Amino acid sequence: MLVIVNGEKVFLSAQLSIAEFLQQQDYRTERIVTELNGRIVSRESYGGILLKDGDKLEIVSFVGGG
Amino acid sequence: MTDISGFRTSLADRHGAEFAVRMRQARVAVAGLGGLGSNIAIMLVRMGVERLHLIDYDRVELSNLNRQQYAFGDIGRYKAEVLQEQLLGINPYAAIKTDCLRLNADNMAEVFAEDDIICEALDAAECKALLVDTLMTKYTDKKVVAASGMAGLGSANEIVTRKLNGRLYICGDGRSDCADMPLTAARAAVCAGHQAQTVCRLILGLE
Repeated sequence: MLVIVNGEKVFLSAQLSIAEFLQQQDYRTERIVTELNGRIVSRESYGGILLKDGDKLEIVSFVGGG
Repeated sequence: MTDISGFRTSLADRHGAEFAVRMRQARVAVAGLGGLGSNIAIMLVRMGVERLHLIDYDRVELSNLNRQQYAFGDIGRYKAEVLQEQLLGINPYAAIKTDCLRLNADNMAEVFAEDDIICEALDAAECKALLVDTLMTKYTDKKVVAASGMAGLGSANEIVTRKLNGRLYICGDGRSDCADMPLTAARAAVCAGHQAQTVCRLILGLE
């Protein structure tokens, strides 16, 4: 299964939820905002959304400073 | 003494009538009034925004003066109140609402209920992400202009505005964390300028 993550092709050997994918990639979920196919998805729903072939995922990691 | 119509006429002469009308009708919030937020608020009022909502729980400290728009005599006062006075000094007819409160997961959505465009200008990465996530998923119409990465001594040219979707913009270099490097007045103001200009373009329908 192929998904596009931040513009890059990523091959997944098994079906993963957004939460599982983020964990596998070592993202710190409390510091990110995730967009799936053009829509921001709530962090509460990461566990319940399974990634599908062709999905486009944008993961924005925030750093501190303001 | 110039009255409100004189003030508005002067801005319309500078910017054009349509620009001036749109700016004064917009409802904009600035969440966090540090190096980003204090600069953004001043720029927006100078550009003609009259309905501004300022949110910050914090008081002015000596360590803020290296980059935030406060003065020595403001130390100990709420940032929202000091900034409100400054903004009314620029435009006495502006309607500046202040909330001296700490944003959290429980109050976040409600605080911004009346605002059309929200500038995320918080300090901690976790708070930034939570605010953007909350506003983008609890509302379907609000626009959010956030910031990530304005610390360090890198070129100001590295700071850009990125459009994520039609409702979310992220300004900054995306990586320079204030935990690892100094935060300068200039780089913070450049990022604030990106945010304020994006708000202006959203209000004018150019985005």
